[in-house]
Amino acid sequence: MPKVKFEILKSTCVPLPFENVDTDQIIPARFLSATSREGFGDNLFRDWRYNKNGEKNSEFVLNNPAYIGKVLVAGKNFGSGSSREHAVWAIFDYGFRAVVSSFFADIFMNNALNNGLLPIVISEKLLKKLLDLIQQNPATEVIIDLEKQTFTVISTGDSVIFGINPYKKECLLKGLDDIDFLLSMKDLITGYETNKSMLK
Amino acid sequence: MEAKTLFDKIWDSHIVSSIEKGPDVLYIDRHFIHEVTSPQAFNGLKQRGIPVFRPQKTLATADHNIPTKDQHLQIRDMLSRNQVQRLSENCREYGIEFFGINHPNNGIVHVIGPELGYTLPGMTIVCGDSHTSTHGAFGTIAFGIGTSEVEMVLATQCILQPKPKKIRITVEGKLQNGVTSKDIIMYIISEISASGATGYFVEYSGSVIRELSMEARMTICNMSIEMGARGGLIAPDDITYNYLRQRPSIPGIDDIELSVKQWKNLKSDPGASFDRELEFDGGLIKPMITYGTNPGMGMAIDGSIPQSENKNSEASSSFLKSLDYMGLKPGMKLLGHPIDYVFIGSCTNGRIEDFRAFAKIIKGRKKADTVTALIVPGSKKVEEQMASEGLTEIYKNAGFEVRQPGCSSCLAMNEDKIPQGKYAVATSNRNFEGRQGPGARTLLASPLTAAAAAITGIISDPRQFFN
Repeated sequence: MPKVKFEILKSTCVPLPFENVDTDQIIPARFLSATSREGFGDNLFRDWRYNKNGEKNSEFVLNNPAYIGKVLVAGKNFGSGSSREHAVWAIFDYGFRAVVSSFFADIFMNNALNNGLLPIVISEKLLKKLLDLIQQNPATEVIIDLEKQTFTVISTGDSVIFGINPYKKECLLKGLDDIDFLLSMKDLITGYETNKSMLK
Repeated sequence: MEAKTLFDKIWDSHIVSSIEKGPDVLYIDRHFIHEVTSPQAFNGLKQRGIPVFRPQKTLATADHNIPTKDQHLQIRDMLSRNQVQRLSENCREYGIEFFGINHPNNGIVHVIGPELGYTLPGMTIVCGDSHTSTHGAFGTIAFGIGTSEVEMVLATQCILQPKPKKIRITVEGKLQNGVTSKDIIMYIISEISASGATGYFVEYSGSVIRELSMEARMTICNMSIEMGARGGLIAPDDITYNYLRQRPSIPGIDDIELSVKQWKNLKSDPGASFDRELEFDGGLIKPMITYGTNPGMGMAIDGSIPQSENKNSEASSSFLKSLDYMGLKPGMKLLGHPIDYVFIGSCTNGRIEDFRAFAKIIKGRKKADTVTALIVPGSKKVEEQMASEGLTEIYKNAGFEVRQPGCSSCLAMNEDKIPQGKYAVATSNRNFEGRQGPGARTLLASPLTAAAAAITGIISDPRQFFN
């Protein structure tokens, strides 16, 4: 089954200058009762976007019309906590296509790569510079080139190479599906089972 | 022959194929599923028109979303009811064993797996839940996965995983009275931070670890994820084998003694190298409590909240925001702070030994009037054992009501929510903002510390109850 392809992204950014943003903030547990993948964007950062009385919290960045964009820029250790892939679905469904930080939690990074949401690791120094820049000028644009693995801030010319697993990069560039890949290995899998499986 | 770590022995023996410069294709021996992270995975199988590849290696339970009272009645919340119903239908359609509500084997996924003999040394185990690391206590590679990966494993019994680095954490010395395995792991996380082991898989070793019971080891491995690790394991030994000998049955194994012989090689070879090694002195560990909004923000029960997250620098805005959410201040002591709720349960501390420990302190005493207590056994088997050992009676006499099994207040997907602004001493694993309910203020602790708080109505040192 073909999946979302990621090639080149040029976009403005939304700043989230908080560290240790965990998956309970990204998508609170009470919204995990769904049985499909759609609609999670409505509840992205729910308890930060909305006050207890249900009104929008005007101080939260997603409610600030000055900031729109497909790139979320967040403080270090983004996505810690639960393995809920729903966190990635919420971010993607809302409209983001990349998250930039100096450090990602493992499971979140895996889930993101499996869903066409590109996690980009930059230095703590560049992250701070970028967050300051965006907050001073919401029109700040970046270009992400997956093929070249470059992340560029257009106005300053800062350009860095980001890391990504070569296999995952290829899947994202070509819209390849992991499960199709594994299904094509059925013979190898049954061969393994015959030789080595613990419980026969 | 090259000296290998236990992690490498298990990982390498489960590789079906390696992708150049990519992840390994890892065979999964046991796949646990539950109602929250499986529905979309089954939808995916339907869309592809394929079956579950190895239903006999898959086990399902309903735990996250279910009520912990009146389980004989239909679930009131429509979405929860729908989700559990969906799992039941999917299991029936695809031939997967399902321990639903009211089934005698039902319970929290990481409690029932081990107690029913589904978790065995040397296995690779996954589940759509980050606390899957719990099963590492048996010497397994067990880790949490996202729903897309759940679909992968349902379809092919394999997963694509990059191999993590290895860290060995050794704890030597002698534990003080009143200090539990929960305090040990909370101490370690407070020392290395909630992201201190990201990218690593942990092996726990040392005399303190060796002397722990299986349930105590499960508590340690359970919280590996809270330091960012992928998972954590403890090499099996006689304590492990004796636990397994006591299981009523072990699926797939007729002669446990034959298996015990085979498992003897499941340990790290002398001289095997790890990417990182850390050592801790168990004698320094005191009962722990968290004060902030991630499990790394913890301290000794008699300590003072630090001025900042780093000894040498000013408090960051994140640190201050966290304390503000908790209604606490740098420099404050927590002993004597009034609390409103006490929760004992969860995959971290929801087993019989945890309820015995709690009972030791509450026996002959009364629950504080100002405290609302949620006593939630980890499984139906634990619930039954509590009754047969007379623990339920002890709880009742002390004014505590024992509920029915489920994840309950740990993540509060059901009605067991802590209200806005209230302080809850919880034996669960996460104290994130809003985790136990919007605005809830979670203080993580061991069952002993939770019991002390439940009796006194304030944060108390459990050691005062021991001579």
